[in-house]
Parts: sequence; C-alpha cells; structure tokens
Amino acid sequence: MIKKLLWQLFPFLAFVVVVLLFTLADMRWGQGKFLSAYNWRGIMSNASLIAVPAFGMTMIIIAGGIDLSAGTALTLCGTVLAVMLKVLPDSTNFAVWVSIALVLMVSTGVLCGLINGLLISMTNVVPFIVTLGTMTIFLGIGQILAKESTVYAPSENIPDWMSLCYTGRNVDQYLVPISVPGLGAIPTSVIIAVVLGLLVAGLLRYTVFGRNVFAMGSSESTARLCGVNIPLTRIATYSLAGFFIAMGGLLYFANVKNGNPNDGTGKELEIIAAVVLGGGSLAGGRGSILGTMIGALIITVIRSGCTQLQIPNTYTLIMIGGIIIVAVIVDQLRHGSPEWFFRLITKRANHSAKSF
Amino acid sequence: MPASALLEMRGISKRFGPTQALDDVTLVVQAGEVLALIGENGAGKSTLLKVLSGAHRADAGSIKIEGKSYLPRGPQAAREAGIAMIYQELNLAPDLSVEDNILLGLRGSVGGLLIRERQRDRVRQALDDVGLADLAPTEIVGEQSVATQQLIEVARALASDAKMILFDEPTSSLPQRDVQRLFEIIERLKQRGLGLVYISHFLEEVRRVADVYSVLRDGRHVDSGRIDDVTDPEIVSKMVGRNVDDLFPVVPHQPGQKRVSVRHLQGDPYPRQVSVELREGEIFGVAGLVGSGRTELCRALFGLDPNDGGEVRVDGRRVYASVGMRMRAGLGLLSEDRKGEGLAQDLSIGENITLGNLKKYTWMGLLRYAKRDRVAEDLIKRMEVKAHSSHQAVAELSGGNQQKVAIARILHQEAEILLMDEPTKGIDVGTKAEIYRMMGGLASQGRTVVFVSSYLPELLAVCDRIGVMARGEMKEVRAAADWTEDEVMVAAIA
Repeated sequence: MIKKLLWQLFPFLAFVVVVLLFTLADMRWGQGKFLSAYNWRGIMSNASLIAVPAFGMTMIIIAGGIDLSAGTALTLCGTVLAVMLKVLPDSTNFAVWVSIALVLMVSTGVLCGLINGLLISMTNVVPFIVTLGTMTIFLGIGQILAKESTVYAPSENIPDWMSLCYTGRNVDQYLVPISVPGLGAIPTSVIIAVVLGLLVAGLLRYTVFGRNVFAMGSSESTARLCGVNIPLTRIATYSLAGFFIAMGGLLYFANVKNGNPNDGTGKELEIIAAVVLGGGSLAGGRGSILGTMIGALIITVIRSGCTQLQIPNTYTLIMIGGIIIVAVIVDQLRHGSPEWFFRLITKRANHSAKSF
Repeated sequence: MPASALLEMRGISKRFGPTQALDDVTLVVQAGEVLALIGENGAGKSTLLKVLSGAHRADAGSIKIEGKSYLPRGPQAAREAGIAMIYQELNLAPDLSVEDNILLGLRGSVGGLLIRERQRDRVRQALDDVGLADLAPTEIVGEQSVATQQLIEVARALASDAKMILFDEPTSSLPQRDVQRLFEIIERLKQRGLGLVYISHFLEEVRRVADVYSVLRDGRHVDSGRIDDVTDPEIVSKMVGRNVDDLFPVVPHQPGQKRVSVRHLQGDPYPRQVSVELREGEIFGVAGLVGSGRTELCRALFGLDPNDGGEVRVDGRRVYASVGMRMRAGLGLLSEDRKGEGLAQDLSIGENITLGNLKKYTWMGLLRYAKRDRVAEDLIKRMEVKAHSSHQAVAELSGGNQQKVAIARILHQEAEILLMDEPTKGIDVGTKAEIYRMMGGLASQGRTVVFVSSYLPELLAVCDRIGVMARGEMKEVRAAADWTEDEVMVAAIA
C-alpha cells in the first residue's frame, strides 16, 4: 500500500531529489542563491511557459495521440499577435484592435489543433506523422507572416497587462496581487498556469468528455463499443489543446515581446517531456495535470540550476535527456509487471512470455 | 522400480499480495500420457503454468524433469528443458515464413549466420509430424488459418525436441473439423512418448483426449485420477466445490410481441441479406461455424460496422446505423473479443461498467463520482464479481470475472436488446450456469437476448429459437426444440 503510494508520488519525489541535488551543489560550488525567493520566482515563471501548452499536450497524450506541431503552432500564435500589434492602424480604437488580435491569436491555435484533429480522424494516418507534417507547415506559415525574420512589436503598442503576463523575477509588477509569505508576490504567469491547470484537471476528471478522452486513450475499440464518438472526441481534444497552445503563445510573446516563428522548433519536445516526466504514457490512457506541472518544474529547475552552476548549456541538454529516459523507465516499472526487469534480460524468448 | 516421471511438481505455493494463488499443488505427468488440468477460472491453472515456464517463481515447492531438479529462469530455460506451451493466443510472428517461425529461437546458426538448408530437413520432419506435409516452409504464417497456425506452433515445439507440450484451451477458436485433426495429432504425439497437458473447459473434449486428470480449485489440488473412473457431474462438483445439479438452468420466460425487425441487412461482405425478427422476452440463439458471419451480424446490428443495405427497426421505428443511435434504441453489444475490445484493461472496474452511460451521473455537466461508485459497487455485488472494489483495474481480474464486468456494462447501459457474442467463451462451468440464469432472468423481464455461441449444447438448452448462419446468410430459423445438434451442423456447413 505504502509502496503503491510512493510510486504515485514519483514525479514529485523526482522533483524533490532534483531540487535537493542542485541546492547541495549550489551550496558547495555556487553562490548559495538557489533556494532564494528571487530565483524561485524565475523558475516558476519559466516553468509556466512550458506548463501551459503542456496542458493541451497532456490531453492529447491521454487520448493516445501526440502533437509534434505544438512548438511551431505556439510561435505561430505568438507571431500572429506580434504582427497584429505591429500593424496597429492609428485610426482604430486601441482596445478593439488588441481584442481582435487576441481573438485571431486564439483562433490560430484552435485552428492548428482542428487541422491536426481533422487530418488524423479523416485519414487514419498516425498522429506522429500527421503532426510531423503540420509542424513544418506551421513553421512555413509563420515565416511567411514574419517575412522570414523576427516581428518586433513597438513597445507602445503592447498593452501593459500583456507585458505583465510574464514578468519573470520582477517583484514590483504583477497583474493580480497575490503574495505568499517567504516568496513574495506570485508572478502573473504562474497564476495563469495554475488557473488554467485547475480548469483542465477539472475538465478531465469531472466531465463526460474528460472520461471519454481517458477511455479512448486506454482502448479505442472499447470506447467505440461504449458509444463514444471517436472522431468527434479526437477533434475536440486537439482543438482544445490548440487553445492552450495559443495561451502558451501569449505567454511567449509577453516574455520576448516579439514573434519569431523559428523559436518554436524544439519547443514541442520540451512540452512532451514535461508530460512524460509527469507520468503521462505515450501509449495513452494515463497522465495528469499535476504531474505535467511538476514535469515542467523539473525541466526548469535543471535548466536554471545548471545556469547558476555555470554548467554549459550542452551538458544541461544531456542531463535533461537522461532524466526523461530514466523517468520513462521508472514509469514502466511502476505500471508494468514485476517481471519487467526480468523480461528485459530474456528479450529473445519474450514472444512466449507475453501472452500469459 | 518405476522410472521417474517426466514432470513432477510438488508442494508448489505462490502468493500474490493477499491472494494465495497456489497452495501446495502437486502435478505429475508421465511420458506417453495426456493429463487434463481442470479447474474454474482463477483456480490457479495459469499460475501453475507460469511457474513451470519460469515467468513466476514459486514461493515453495520443487520441480523435477525426468528426475532432475529444474529451476526455470525464463521461457528460454523452459524450452531448453524440453517444455513447450501452446496458448489460446498464438505466439507466431505473422509476417515471417513457416520455416523462420519454426526455427525461431533454435540455435542452429553457424557463426551467427543462419543456414536455412541445414535446417530444412528438421522443418520438414516437424511439419510432417503434425500432418502439414503439404505446407511449403516458405509460406507466410499470417496467411494460414488459425488451425494451421496452431499446428505450426506444435511443429515448432517438436523441432526444438520438446518432451512435453502444454495446450491451454487449444480448441476455443477452432472449427469442429480442425478440432478432430488436433486430437489425432495429440494422439500421435502421445504414441511417440511425449507427455501432454491439456487445459480445457469442455469436459467432453477432455474425455476424448485425456488419460488422467487433475482438478485445481482455489489454488489447491483437489483430486486426480484416471478419467475413465469419474463421471462428468463428479468432475464438475470437484471443480466448483459443490454439487451442480443443473448445468443449464432455465428461468421461465415467455416470448411476447415483436421487438426488432431486421430486413435484408447487408454488410461488407457479411452479413448477407439477413432478415430476422426478434421478440421481447426471447432468447434467440445464433449458431454457425467460426467465420460464418455471426460476429459480423452482431456488429452490423449494433451499428459498429457500416450497414451497406437493409434496415433495422426497433418497435417499428427505423434506426440509423450508428452506435450512438442504436444504443439509444436500446441495443447493447457484448464483444466476443473481451480483452481487446470488450473492456479497457487499464481502467478501473467502475469506469468500465459506467463508460457507456456516464451522462446519468452528471449534474450541470459535472460528474458525481460518489453516486457513480455506489451504482458500480452495487452491480459488482449483483454480478458476484470477485474484486476488492470498483477502483481495481480490470486487468487484475480473472477471465470469468472480466466477463461479468463486461456484462455488467451492458446491464448498466440499460440495454433492452442484448447482443451477446460468445458470452461463455473461455469461462468455467460454474460461471456459465450463472450467465445462463442471468439471460433467462433478463428474458423474463421482457428483454431480448441474442445469444451467439459455438457450443451447441448450451444453445439448444437455453434458447427459445435458434437461427443457423452459413457464409454470412441466416440459413434457417426454428424453435430450439425442433433442432438437434446434427441438424444444426448440417445447416451450418450447407
């Protein structure tokens, strides 16, 4: 029983271990600032940049899919926003124009998801291949919009509240004044991530749609037998995920204040990694929002910790990659049979062992 | 002094958490003998086999093969010791040739290179021994019939010089003709001095092939002896631990008015122009060979496969061919493929039971788990599913209990017309009787049950009317009392 509980808490334990290691390393070799409120505001802000789009990815992965286009779709949304704010006409009401820009940005995200969902449902091509294709398509569209460079929106065209969505370590500015003793004001991006996270978690757990997503990922044929409309559920899942990717695009824009479609390349892997570190299974049927949040934090902690220890970025990448593989192995241990390790050794004879 | 037995398992015990799966079990197999291993689902037969194959390690006990102590470390070890297992789900690589499959795992290579010519005689000999002399070793396995594939597995066992072959429910997916052939092969293997273990729920089969039997119940060895010395009812009472006086309990029910009318229902390619009428309070049996279109008929009726023509009317209203619409019209389907389709193995029992009808528990779009769990627990109790709670994963249950969960799902769905495709497949005698009783109960409430089965005695005993299918067509429908087993078989192969 206790063992089972420990396994459930694995992502959290991994997080604690990573934090502990970096704290010790920082005390020995660094400047001893790793546990400071200042540093943690930064870590949490950066984690929310990954976590928000990863909420959408969590839904997709639970449903048994994958979305490789998430990264370029995210920067495409950011680019759309940047272009709209750059071309702001003088004659128009500022608030109206910003609203239009936001609607366009969200629509872009949802549309990207919708296209993925439609293609997968209608062609029955596996999501990996479909989204591999759309990943490149979204990148191309973004480059056309950005005229193959970076779109800088003039700072006077960016509404204050949008800048305040992502403030990083900055303590003085926030959109929603919530403070925690010992940490000070909570960055707005973190609040946005937590609110959105609660919404998706509730959606997944407490609605028929959410349960259908789990059922579909766990066994598609069973879900069909139970009357779940598979194409509709899949399209809805990808479209809804598109919304979260668009929200990720908003945070991205708030952070860098410009739109560069090329920034998106590679982001999808970080997003997928957060879900997997949080216990999501690429075989479908498993994953949690809380886990994904912790997964995003783990990645950010490693990144930030390495920077402070002045470990070159290249080593950070190797470390993150290693941790992902370890996490997946542990996850299989957690859910597989006790013979898991044993089967690995006698792989050749595995044929006869599996079907018991 | 008698020679030592081929296989001797003594005092085998195995515990999984709180469950004692095996408790001091003894199993002795002599060379040149067929032993039938009998027991209900969950009695410990599979666990015993897993201990023998090395997939599980016993907590206590000893295993000896030809008098030599044997401690298996895995399937490879079992194979080297001369033990081969043939399971319900076959273990062949479907894309490879017959030859490659037979040679798979055999150490016949020269310096890592596989020289097929050297092995060809061995392959031919093995195929010959199982009556497949006509099969070219270069044929692709996936293109062969299930029966042939099974014999290829037996050939593989022979090619690896197996001394002992264990068959786990080998006939459950075989047509009658192939069953006969398998029995002949088993007889031949016995003559050659191999030891054979045969697991089956069909007692008449056991009687035909086995010399001796061992009965397991709740992980304990209950009885063994020569099969000729016991009667069927005696075996059954040893399996279930009580007297089963009625293998086919009948609950009185009265077929009433016309409920469903199917006209010229056409699928791709099966069913073909099936027209049939189902009444309320009726158990309608569907007989026919495997592959005769029985499953396709159920799937087309449920809207799971597209209907290429014809119509389905429920209570006079035509119902469009989609799962959602057909479900709303009161149809429910129990899939033949319990593991792959019928249940989502990773999800909990409660989740599986309620999946088809979750809307029942929503309040302003939100699910109320307390209410759902209450209903699920209630159904688990009613169906007598052996489980700790509704939160347990379905994968942890035994076959019979999984089937009960799958049935609970269509009950929860409140289906009025239940399409049950092979509901008793791979299920022990005691649970079968429970399922028959439940079908009768449903019919007595005025519900319609469509009962697809390959096992004629149960169809003849339980159904009101039986229709026989062949090549996708519904050949003939008669009252069950007007059919005999022979007549059904004649209609099925017509």
